[in-house]
Amino acid sequence: MVTSLRPKPGPPRSYRFPSFSDEVLPNGIRLVTSPVSKLPLATVLVLVDAGSTSDPRGKEGVAALTAAALLEGSQRLDGAELAEEFEKLGTSLESGADWDSAFFKITVLSDKLNLATALLGEAISRPLFPEREIERLKAERLAEILQLETEPRGLADEKFSEFLYADESRYSQPDEGSAKSVGSLTRADVDQFYRANYNSGTTTVVVAGDIPADATREMVTEAFRSWPSGVPRRQPLLAKARATERSALIVDKPEAPQSELRVGHIGLPRKHPDFFPTLVLNAVFGGLFGSRINLNLREVHGYTYGASSYYDWRRGPGPFVISTAVESQVTAPALREILLEVERIRSEPVLAEELSLAKEYLEGVFPIRYETTAAIASALATLSIYDLPAEYYDSYRRNIHNVSATDVLEAARAHLHPDELQTVIVGDAQVVRDSLTGLPLGQLTIHKS
Amino acid sequence: MRIPVETFHLDNGLSVTLSEDHTTPIVAVNLWYHVGSANERAGRTGFAHLFEHMLFQGSAHVGANEHFELIQRAGGTLNGSTWLERTNYFETVPSNELALVLWLEADRMGELLPAMTQEKLDTQRDVVKNERRWSVDNQPYGTMLEKMQELVFPPAHPFQHSLIGSMDDLSAASLDDVAQFFSTYYTPDNAVLSVAGDFEPSETRRLVSEYFGPIPRGKGKPPLAPMGLPPIFGEHRREVVYDNVSLSRIFMAFRSPVFGSEDYYAASVAAASLGLRRGSRLHRSLVREKQVAADATAFTFDLAKATDLLVVDVTARPETSATQLEEEVESEIDRLCRDGVSEAEVRRATSLIETDLTASLQSAGERADRLSMFATYFEEPGLINDQIDRYRAVTAQKVNEIISSRFGENNRANLIYVPREGVEADSVLAAAATAD
Repeated sequence: MVTSLRPKPGPPRSYRFPSFSDEVLPNGIRLVTSPVSKLPLATVLVLVDAGSTSDPRGKEGVAALTAAALLEGSQRLDGAELAEEFEKLGTSLESGADWDSAFFKITVLSDKLNLATALLGEAISRPLFPEREIERLKAERLAEILQLETEPRGLADEKFSEFLYADESRYSQPDEGSAKSVGSLTRADVDQFYRANYNSGTTTVVVAGDIPADATREMVTEAFRSWPSGVPRRQPLLAKARATERSALIVDKPEAPQSELRVGHIGLPRKHPDFFPTLVLNAVFGGLFGSRINLNLREVHGYTYGASSYYDWRRGPGPFVISTAVESQVTAPALREILLEVERIRSEPVLAEELSLAKEYLEGVFPIRYETTAAIASALATLSIYDLPAEYYDSYRRNIHNVSATDVLEAARAHLHPDELQTVIVGDAQVVRDSLTGLPLGQLTIHKS
Repeated sequence: MRIPVETFHLDNGLSVTLSEDHTTPIVAVNLWYHVGSANERAGRTGFAHLFEHMLFQGSAHVGANEHFELIQRAGGTLNGSTWLERTNYFETVPSNELALVLWLEADRMGELLPAMTQEKLDTQRDVVKNERRWSVDNQPYGTMLEKMQELVFPPAHPFQHSLIGSMDDLSAASLDDVAQFFSTYYTPDNAVLSVAGDFEPSETRRLVSEYFGPIPRGKGKPPLAPMGLPPIFGEHRREVVYDNVSLSRIFMAFRSPVFGSEDYYAASVAAASLGLRRGSRLHRSLVREKQVAADATAFTFDLAKATDLLVVDVTARPETSATQLEEEVESEIDRLCRDGVSEAEVRRATSLIETDLTASLQSAGERADRLSMFATYFEEPGLINDQIDRYRAVTAQKVNEIISSRFGENNRANLIYVPREGVEADSVLAAAATAD
């Protein structure tokens, strides 16, 4: 027999987020360095304030295309040679543009770090932007857009953004652009975007890993010796709702075995003062396995493999989304439960054990998030992207700890808006439509696909 | 770079591996049970995976879903997964919560059955059916694993049937099946336990003995049906699937040397030369130069019994027909057979693999998982430290021997997905296609 006596936790061992230095190099680049010597490995993350929200109107997708095109050839090496040089060094390389920034992230064994960083500096400082490669990248993006038509999860996410934000809001379109906008992009657009947005004033380089702090400065200065100087520049962002009352959209997929559901509204910008109460609120509501939405839809009703909710944190107010996929026949009852849960969490304080579960999880899991040089570099990049204070990670767990049930209730009342809930269903309209009668989802539109 | 490895066995047969690392106050616990879908009997496909769900439904001293709650409350992460050959369960927690994790795992290994009810089984059956709809039926190319297994393994071979199972078989699973499966396979002598991270070794040994020690040894498990297969298919196999996809995609499989063998490493490097990252052959040729593909990769399944599979995976651009895609991939493989790979290609591949292996070992959970894998398949967790050397030892000559013996036309199985709309226009495919 296994003992019935549940073990108690031992005394906790203290943990601090890895220490780091933060400085501005003589050439104007912000350099953040965190020496981490667990394994002979390092990550360099170059962050440029040139994300998708910097896309000019009508040129949606140019930020993403530029970030990709920068690795397609320098003045010395063509795209294939560049890839080969990185890979000979064993470089793991990721790049792209998200809403707030363009990023170039390499992870490599420490003894190859100088060479790999120099190569990255060369690629993004002296790009060639070959026409042929730009046309190829555009075609690949168009293929991806076509793929989405048969991929219900991604399609639901995309249709939801489009349904949530007014047409003139950048967030209403995919971050990498639509078929129409991408189709119209040219090499000149890329070149112009690059010149306007890539310079020392918009650039942060984060280095995390097995490298002495003082060696980093020289390495980065050298790699970016021909980086243009400039000053920070941020565009104002418009994020307006398409509708202020409930409404719903069915994207018809005849014979779909499941309905992909997205329910929500516009959320909060990342730097909102209620960030921590809202984080805890979401953990109780839909952020954990043991959250209300998942236990209700999965464990009580068996409607789904999983249900969750999240705030998509961005500089501007990203979506708040409740997301799940349910068997087509139970679409209506599942939506009814979701609407009830939104009302419920606004009507009375969360239970003490729900609150403690959410807080203890968020506090305890903190060190597990920063096991790798890549994760540490990304965490440090977050400070730069959202102008968060240097002590942000040191005070993170205290900030979680201080959230009360009242704070959560106030956050729910202030930041969940039942009257504005928008619903997107990607599924079989014929099976779903009639069952929705009587559900207060607002005006219903059906898109034939 | 060497990961510390310390092993011992309990009298009941449980194999235990410890690997200390005190850089962060967290610890990972990982249990592999040597049972997967290969062990299922006919008419009960999907049972190993359904059973994995039941392991979160409580045990003698733990309520339904309480395992999840206790670990998350402790500030930990957790999950489980099922594969053809094994099922694993894993947690990473702040190091002062190690005892709780070990106790929870012991409680469900020792005393699962008192907590099982028909109601829990019914709910999890529904959850798994929804998992199947979500990940297989309503996902483009989601049937790839099932169709590949059917195409490359003979009927009745333990690797031939669906891992997530058919809806009918899931419906047929009974509480008796749960009880029988548990007592046959979820025994200490059919499991390995790994602990990696920040812990005190003597205290950990004591806890493991206290919690797992009283669990009785199993009565042995039935042998798997014969697994042995010839090293090659002996023919060129081909299946065309019309499906609800936007782009044609080909999965070309080769029977390849079993995971862990010397030849495996050469095959793994061959796969990386072909399809790991943008400098690989297929990416360079089909995506960059000819622009007929939107993406191209290659990988191995890492099967440790009898035979492994190496799979080339290429997705067409919208304007590339499935027929053209297949021809292009075939001719790339023919070219590989003709010319072989160069020493430079091999070095590119092994450098990338070395970085990836090193990077993965930063995580306590990954360390524990790999220790469990090597302990389960080879009874030698210390193999975790040999991997980079084994890759470094691979030469172009060795890779080219594998290419000659395994990449010929008599060892290819093409599984081709074709957008349902538009297939009629392609007369060659229409003739070969099996409606799905």
